[in-house]
Amino acid sequence: MAEIRLEQLAHRYHGAPSGPADYALRPMDHVWEQGGAYALLGPSGCGKSTLLNIISGLLVPSEGRVLYDGKSVNDLTPQQRNIAQVFQFPVVYDTMTVHENLAFPLRNQGQPRERIDARVREVAEALEIEPLLNRKAQNLTADEKQKVSMGRGLVRDDVAAILFDEPLTVIDPQLKWRLRRKLKEIHQRFNVTMVYVTHDQLEASTFADKIAVMYEGQIVQFGTPRELFENPQHTFVGYFIGSPGMNLLEIALGASGVEFDGHALAVPDAIAAQLRQREGGRLQVGIRPEFVQLVAPDDAVLHGYVDLVQDQGTFKIVDVRLDTPSAPVVKARLGEEAGVPEGRTGVHFPEAWQRFYIDDHLVGVGDENL
Amino acid sequence: MKTYNNKAWWLVLPVFVLVAFSAIIPMMTVVNYSVQDIFDPSTRYFVGTEWYREILVDPRLHDSLVRQFIYSFCVLAIEVPLGIVVALSMPRRGLGVPFSLILLSLPLLVPWNVVGTIWQIIGREDIGLYGWTLNSLGLDYNYASNPRDAWITVLVMDVWHWTSLVALLCYSGLRSIPDVYYQAARIDRASHWAVFRFIQLPKLKNVLLIAVMLRFMDSFMIYTEPFVLTGGGPGTATTFLSQTLTQMALGQFDLGRAAAFSLIYFLIILLVTWVFYTAMTHNDDKG
Repeated sequence: MAEIRLEQLAHRYHGAPSGPADYALRPMDHVWEQGGAYALLGPSGCGKSTLLNIISGLLVPSEGRVLYDGKSVNDLTPQQRNIAQVFQFPVVYDTMTVHENLAFPLRNQGQPRERIDARVREVAEALEIEPLLNRKAQNLTADEKQKVSMGRGLVRDDVAAILFDEPLTVIDPQLKWRLRRKLKEIHQRFNVTMVYVTHDQLEASTFADKIAVMYEGQIVQFGTPRELFENPQHTFVGYFIGSPGMNLLEIALGASGVEFDGHALAVPDAIAAQLRQREGGRLQVGIRPEFVQLVAPDDAVLHGYVDLVQDQGTFKIVDVRLDTPSAPVVKARLGEEAGVPEGRTGVHFPEAWQRFYIDDHLVGVGDENL
Repeated sequence: MKTYNNKAWWLVLPVFVLVAFSAIIPMMTVVNYSVQDIFDPSTRYFVGTEWYREILVDPRLHDSLVRQFIYSFCVLAIEVPLGIVVALSMPRRGLGVPFSLILLSLPLLVPWNVVGTIWQIIGREDIGLYGWTLNSLGLDYNYASNPRDAWITVLVMDVWHWTSLVALLCYSGLRSIPDVYYQAARIDRASHWAVFRFIQLPKLKNVLLIAVMLRFMDSFMIYTEPFVLTGGGPGTATTFLSQTLTQMALGQFDLGRAAAFSLIYFLIILLVTWVFYTAMTHNDDKG
């Protein structure tokens, strides 16, 4: 069990870097605390698997250090780091039974037989694979194989951390939900640090206490699901988290202050001042579809026409095309009972939920969000 | 209402004709010979199973059959483990890959009778690399007069010629194992032996099955190389089944007996191959 700290960590697969784009992982500092349940969330190719393999020691970072409890483990192998990792596709030892598979990591450590048996039973029970214990691993279904694969990660109780690399990709949806809960239970029972890589925000938020969102080789935000929802630090977080993602509109500094397509926006003075300071950057305002209000045309500054209504069963997504010069589409998420206006409607962005971005990074109120 | 059209059978006809000419007709000819005693085209007698009864108690057949089994067993016992070891030690990436692949393919490209001739020269004690070296080390080596030396030379020749095939098959098998298996093994602290025993060997099973069957069949039917190298001698030390058969069929023109011999020969290969196949695949169905 350990706290895992990344210090100025960066990785590139080929040669010397000529710019930030050459890095698979851009230089970062990060801490995973002992006993936490973390998710590493991001789209395919953002570097999350690379980061995980560096933490486990399967990959050696080209720059920076990985520290376990303050001690550098850069030169240690995965064996020496004493880490467990579960991979995206099930890895089982075909010729062994399920029991032998689960016992394998413990046998390699030379643990006594009774202890191994007790541990294997405990994990098999937690994963509900007890009836399979005497079956050959080769003939299991993909689901069962992945459970065995996960079981091998969970069976050692002395590990520094357990890393999961999209472990539920091959599992069918109903079982996915149950396994996620199982993992959470196991986390609480064994109090071991877990890092869970996924591209599915629902999976991340049901499993993890804190989520690190990765984008283009860097962690753009680390926070609770609620923080990611309410205060996305980066436009990517706004766009990637939530369904649908945050509305992002280009804004500019005009004579009357901050303007969107010629309409003045209500902006707190502190933020307006910061926007003015960093002129020349790309300025955007973001608002979650949940907070967009569709009101009577007379009550709003912005107007648009309802383009499309998608009924999702428990809520509706309404696409409104604004009648401003750049004619962007703004998505609003309304409750199932809420009436949807037809034709022309007023669109209102509550001031409290407007977020402002310069070059994709959030502009904070005061210093608290920077 | 569905109309049945049997014209599709015409599409099968070419295959049927091909198989008929390549396998069925020659084989039935042999069956035909094996139940007759033929003196000349117009004088022939039906003898039933007499040739079979005679051949089954023929000491010549027994001797070469025993010799043949020992030989094929030695070939498999050496070439399969050696091929695996070679495949495991081959580079996985870089320039070494094409280099080692070409190097391993070379023996496979040499015609069989040329292999025999090459080893005839290599084995000579006056100028041959192998024979001269052994003799100058003080070992009395002469493959032409000493049965043991002849045996070893025929075996070494086969190993030289065919281990590459096993190695190449195993190499392709090893290359198809995803990296994640090795990563998982490292995480699980598996030893090198455990990686071989529980990951590589099980994943090699299918290619090994092919390698074992090919090498068994080929070595069981070996003819050209020992024929060129030793002519079956000294004495009958390296006279294997196919050579005994050839002597019988072409040397003595004893067609009925040779035909019965061929069919028994064929059935032995079929049987042993079936046993190999069943033994290596029967575990797949078990829970």
